[in-house]
Amino acid sequence: MDDLIADFVAECREMLEALGGEIVAWEAQPDDRARLDSIFRFVHTVKGNCGFFEFPRLEALSHAAEDALADVRAGRRHPDGALVSAVLAIIDRIGEMVAAIEAGEDMPAGDDNHLIDALAPGAEGTAAPVVTAAEAATKASSAPRTIRLSVELLDRVMSTVSDMVLARNELARRLRESANDVPVDGAFERLSSIIAEMRDAITRTRMQRIENLFVGLPRMVRDLSAELGKQVLVDIEGGDVELDREMIEMIRDPLTHIIRNAVDHGIEKPADRLKAGKREIGLLAVSARQSGNQILIDIQDDGRGIDGRKLVEKAVSNGVISKDDAAQLSPRDQLALIFEAGLSTAKEVTAISGRGVGMDVVRSNVERIGGIVEVDSKPGEGTRMTLRVPLTLTIIPALTVSIAGQHFAIPRSAIEEIVRANGESVTLEHVGGAGVATIRGRRVPEISLAAVLGLDSSVGEQDRTLVVLRPAGGDVYALSVDRIHDHEELVVKPAAPAVMATGLYAGTTLADDGSPILLFDPAGIAAVGGVKLEMQERTARIAEGPTATISKATPVLLFRGLDGGRRALRLAVVDRIEEVPASAVKEAAGALRVQLGEAILPLAGATAGEIGDGKVRLFRLNDGQHEIGYAFAEVIDFATIDHDIIHAERPGEISGVSLVNKEPAELVDAHWLFSNHAAAAAPTKEELVCLIPDWDPWMQNMLRPLVEAAGYRVVDDSENESADVVIACLGEELPEHASHKTIWLRTEPEAASKKDFSIYRYDRAGLLMALKSAGAGRGK
Amino acid sequence: MNELLLVVTIAGERVALPANAVESVVELDTLIPVPRAAPHVAGLSALRSRVLTVIDCMRSLELGDTDCSDGIREAAVVELDGHHYALIVDLVEDVVEAASDPVPVRAAMEQGWERVSHGMVETEQGPLLLIDVAALVAGVEAKAAA
Repeated sequence: MDDLIADFVAECREMLEALGGEIVAWEAQPDDRARLDSIFRFVHTVKGNCGFFEFPRLEALSHAAEDALADVRAGRRHPDGALVSAVLAIIDRIGEMVAAIEAGEDMPAGDDNHLIDALAPGAEGTAAPVVTAAEAATKASSAPRTIRLSVELLDRVMSTVSDMVLARNELARRLRESANDVPVDGAFERLSSIIAEMRDAITRTRMQRIENLFVGLPRMVRDLSAELGKQVLVDIEGGDVELDREMIEMIRDPLTHIIRNAVDHGIEKPADRLKAGKREIGLLAVSARQSGNQILIDIQDDGRGIDGRKLVEKAVSNGVISKDDAAQLSPRDQLALIFEAGLSTAKEVTAISGRGVGMDVVRSNVERIGGIVEVDSKPGEGTRMTLRVPLTLTIIPALTVSIAGQHFAIPRSAIEEIVRANGESVTLEHVGGAGVATIRGRRVPEISLAAVLGLDSSVGEQDRTLVVLRPAGGDVYALSVDRIHDHEELVVKPAAPAVMATGLYAGTTLADDGSPILLFDPAGIAAVGGVKLEMQERTARIAEGPTATISKATPVLLFRGLDGGRRALRLAVVDRIEEVPASAVKEAAGALRVQLGEAILPLAGATAGEIGDGKVRLFRLNDGQHEIGYAFAEVIDFATIDHDIIHAERPGEISGVSLVNKEPAELVDAHWLFSNHAAAAAPTKEELVCLIPDWDPWMQNMLRPLVEAAGYRVVDDSENESADVVIACLGEELPEHASHKTIWLRTEPEAASKKDFSIYRYDRAGLLMALKSAGAGRGK
Repeated sequence: MNELLLVVTIAGERVALPANAVESVVELDTLIPVPRAAPHVAGLSALRSRVLTVIDCMRSLELGDTDCSDGIREAAVVELDGHHYALIVDLVEDVVEAASDPVPVRAAMEQGWERVSHGMVETEQGPLLLIDVAALVAGVEAKAAA
């Protein structure tokens, strides 16, 4: 809150200083419209800000002055000497109060009513202010230790620092060439680090996260909506977009105005909303994002929208446009009238807004920094205001890449991931000449940067690196580049029009060695490269959500089997993914086998009939000793299992079913695969077999992993195998294999009698001991 | 006060640039090409911490290419709408005073020259063609689009 007050005070002081001359000029020439407007804006701003802080006296004063001036602006009143003096007295009083706020003192004593009364038409001369503004200002010596610098000066410092860095680099080169001199090198190192530090600091002075601007919004909207008897939910997004400090200051007022308008005029009262079939709570979404060399700030409400025709009527009646012109306006142009001075569609004037000041100021403020304000609205559905401000002189983190030996930069904000074209989970294909990259089962359009730029790359297609990009508002595509170099923070400057005309670049920047680098505009490359945007892909990605936060989750590879089944395999057992011609798969010695290089591996996941004529893709699974292949159709994604696993009734290739990425998937039992395939392939070591009743879920789910971990293969009665050990619950009938060693389990911790050799079923150590001794016993 | 002119040679022809438009004369060494840009944009170069857009005057005039392969080229740096450009010329000769206002050349000039000239000025060194820097920077395509 203190920060906000400090901002308010600073803003008022600045405006007061600027107004100083205007006031005198207005006094001499009360008809001067431009001066009247600027004084009007001042009191309007003060009034608006006072609403958020508790300065009732300030608010009363400014509201009164605003009323009087609004009458003058509307032509209802002629500015006479008495009025001018009265307004000046009020501005002086505002100045005193602001000075008092700044110094942290109480408000100057005194009654403001005589000042307000003096504004009334026909009132007599004015009272002199109790204390003059000049005196009050001298008291404010305990101001915070900040100074306001002109951005020009900062720019000069910044460019000097940049030059200094380049000079240092040159010096470094010279030093390397000449003979080594240790003291000189040491001094140079020191200089280097100081310069780097200085550059950092000076860079930071200019950049701010837009969050600083957004942080006050929820409070503002809350207070506003409370005052107006409305319910508004604010949704803020993109606070991490970095913006030039100057830019942030410049868009602060426009943004405040727009939001104020949205809450005041856009969003209806709860009762009206219900009548219109909307939710009681209005939604106000504020988002910031970077698009090419611009920052876009959207302010969207779901209120009543703007009626273009009403705007036109008003504009015609106010003489802003002629009737003939009005008839020719497109709907868009009609809405754009909102930015004309002196227009407001609000029927009543409230304390918040509605005098038609604001939108014209918004536009002029935004245009002054080279930005644009756009408005889009549907009556009854809501309004969207978009501020587009340039990204000049912003520092953006970028990735430098090279193609045909030339370096380029890509804004890091657009980069999703980086993969090697010849990586395991990546395949590159050409469909009708267009590149399609399949990255972990997701197909994305692929553009060769060399082709877009018309450069010859000496790097083969398979050796390139794919940078997966998601331009702001666009869709994912992969850009293949020769090489990735470095992450750098770059100061981006706009390029010459002839360069920008290509549509490929967002600007230029200087690398550390002083050579220019072009910064790509990812959306521009997509457009030039001919990528078509698909909206559904985006929604599909959003649904995924943050799965990585669950620490206990097991990472799995989600894939589609040859029979089309959605399966998952624990990631840890997958060694790598191979692709072999179908001819490498043979049915030999009673099982499917695949030849991989010198090795012949058993192949699971497929029957002979499912292997086509083309290529077979398979996972190479490894348990440390054996390898087997598992054929599949395609990899869907990496995922984690965070839902309960419903175990299969019988042991087999599938150990259970679980929800993976919100859809059921069968879990492939790697243990079973190895026990069935690898054991057959390399029967060097005989396994211990343990029989567990298949009807007992506790045994299957809880005991089984423990038994398997102890080195046993688990079977049930249906498999006619001789088990080395049988586990059964106390009191149950023994299956037919009773001749084998049996481990009895009981459900109570305490043994019933001394003859009872059963083991409590949660006595892990006892169980393991029993299993171990049973295994050892077999050797005899 | 008569205008000062910078006499340069472009495509073997001695022409004059308005000296107050020229910030400095530099020697360019490294040139970073700009793929897909208009042909007369030879590339980018850095002058201290500024990025210069290098214009190949020969190509802008459609008189052929400047051979940039031999390394260092002389160029005149001009500023236009906040952007800095380096105009590659064959040779920077001298600064002279204009003795007259530019007058139209009545004889037919070659196409490229016609487009970029303000007219002819009299100097001590005889008549010289006065170049319109903005037209030179805009190049062929911008003109065609306009």
